[in-house]
Amino acid sequence: MKDDTLRTDGGTATITDRLRRNVEQMTIEDAGLYVVLLLAAGFYLVPIESGLVTSIKTGTAIVQTAPFAPPGPSGFTLAKWQAAVEALLRGMGNSMLYAVPATIISAFVGSITAYGLTIPDWKQSYKALVLALIIAGIFIPYQAVLVPLTQFWSQWAQLTDLLSFVWALGIPDDYVGIVELVVTHVAYGIPICTLLFRTYYKTMSEEMIESARLDGATLRRVYRRIVFPLSGPMFAVVLIYQFTQIWNDLLFTLVLVSTESSPAAPVVLILAGLGTSMEGQDFALRMAGAFFAALPTLAVYIFFGDEFAEGVAA
Amino acid sequence: MSNFYQRVRRAINLSASDDQRVGDGDEGGRDAVRTDGGVVSEDSRNPGSEPGVLDRLAAGIDGRLGSDFLESSIFWIPPFLLMGLFVYGAVIWNFLISLTDYQRFANAPDYSNLDFEMYTRALADSGFIDAAVNTFILLVAFTAGTLAVGLILAILIDRGIRFENSFRTIYLLPMSLSFVVTAQFWLWIYNFNNGIANRVIGVFGLGPISWLGDQNIVLWAVIFALMWQFSGYAMVVYLAGLRAIPDEHYEAAKVDGASTLKMYWRVIIPQLKGATISAAVVLMVFGMKAFDFLYSLVGGYRPPNGADILATKMVREAYANLNWAYGAAIAIVLFAMALGVIGPYLVYEFRRNNL
Repeated sequence: MKDDTLRTDGGTATITDRLRRNVEQMTIEDAGLYVVLLLAAGFYLVPIESGLVTSIKTGTAIVQTAPFAPPGPSGFTLAKWQAAVEALLRGMGNSMLYAVPATIISAFVGSITAYGLTIPDWKQSYKALVLALIIAGIFIPYQAVLVPLTQFWSQWAQLTDLLSFVWALGIPDDYVGIVELVVTHVAYGIPICTLLFRTYYKTMSEEMIESARLDGATLRRVYRRIVFPLSGPMFAVVLIYQFTQIWNDLLFTLVLVSTESSPAAPVVLILAGLGTSMEGQDFALRMAGAFFAALPTLAVYIFFGDEFAEGVAA
Repeated sequence: MSNFYQRVRRAINLSASDDQRVGDGDEGGRDAVRTDGGVVSEDSRNPGSEPGVLDRLAAGIDGRLGSDFLESSIFWIPPFLLMGLFVYGAVIWNFLISLTDYQRFANAPDYSNLDFEMYTRALADSGFIDAAVNTFILLVAFTAGTLAVGLILAILIDRGIRFENSFRTIYLLPMSLSFVVTAQFWLWIYNFNNGIANRVIGVFGLGPISWLGDQNIVLWAVIFALMWQFSGYAMVVYLAGLRAIPDEHYEAAKVDGASTLKMYWRVIIPQLKGATISAAVVLMVFGMKAFDFLYSLVGGYRPPNGADILATKMVREAYANLNWAYGAAIAIVLFAMALGVIGPYLVYEFRRNNL
């Protein structure tokens, strides 16, 4: 069936020609396949679509129209978006403040770790052991480290004192949470970044690196001159994957920054409590907020969907 | 390719030459090996002098572990230590805390009096038992359901359809969203009065159902939402697995006159074992992280009645009730559950030399 379609599609056929032939060849089975696929697509899109239309409805329109139907002209309003942007904008800035550095640092650290554990020549069984210990770190439920993490940052690492010169500049010392988040996300990002780069470096041409080594290049030079310049595609994958993960994470922000009223509160923390009040839930505001908070990851996904897919599949 | 190879070679030669203080290229390389290792005494750089003790030690280590061991250690040991400290160090510390009676506003736990009191307390706590059962149900049902949906989607997409990329992009889209975001969407879908869920079952004359209010239903509603978010992931993994199966297997099954259904069941699905295992492990990890989803659903530490899992209970006990030691004990139980899943998986991969 697949082959048939391919063969009849001569390169010279016009689009309408091709379309007609396709329709003629379409069996009932084919049609059924596409119907199922479209239904599935609907299933994945409806929650998102319904959120989008709800975010631009007035209070009465929400009650009167179907949840997935767009609002009529009288039920249309951007007020909720305005409110959501107002509430979340500072959170977006805060999230950027830790997500971007943490992403870049953890990708770079993952790259050199994977390099040290893949390309250089030492005992494979020891390498595998170190790797197993690192990879196991991907699967740790973070609840198992939360209490020590709180202890570590609040009692042991006195970052607030260490960075006193920063607070002297007029930056609220709540921002120590941002610094803690960067270090924490880098530490817990090392396992997955290492694994992703490791799968990539395993396929790298060995003879190229070997001849460089024979020519007297140090490992550092091999990394700088050969491995790093060739890592571009994987860096794209890792940066995208890590950025999405760090941006989306709620648990660490909840524990390290703790309150949504803090000036350093990340966007996920503010969003989790948005639109809830004594009178009930403001769904339009919640939806608008959800979309606004998701904009960076959605943009990344739309522009770099292939890299994202590669990252999750590895 | 060979052109590129030549260029790389030349680049290395050029830059390597200014490093060569003594002898030929190989000699220069060895020299650099020593300086990178960071264990070299100053005088050993001068050719002719006696090799220092550290040098001999380094040579001994390298001889035992492989020629690049010391030189490569600068690349992986610092990150390994950082990660080891935050992961393994923290888990051990967490275990220690779980043995104390640490609670409320004390600054640090008192490590002088260790016992398993928190674990016996957990066993006597019906809330803990419920949460453990819910965690188990969630992990099994969510993983199995997601794998099944993902497999079906992957098989459909693999049948050489048009717009394959568009379909794939749509199916994977929810995974790029945060739990915090998707929780808002599902809160709206499960809304009693205006939600889509009640409208859909209303078409069949059922409901309305209080999806998040009914203790017996809420866990399944959450599982369904999580399946929506992650079945695209399972699809991507299965798709990669399907693409790795040679075409001949399909043709051979066809020649044998097997029906499509039989072909997939007997020939194709058994070959997807590797994909199933790795996807299942990752999905279980996602399942254990359902905390973010449940927290955002209610905007607080207390998930809807009937949907409490160990992850939410742990955070609630520690950060809302300030029962730090009790929270740490629950975390250890959760960790043991995770270990039960990933331990065998890592051993399996280790044995297959896949690491």
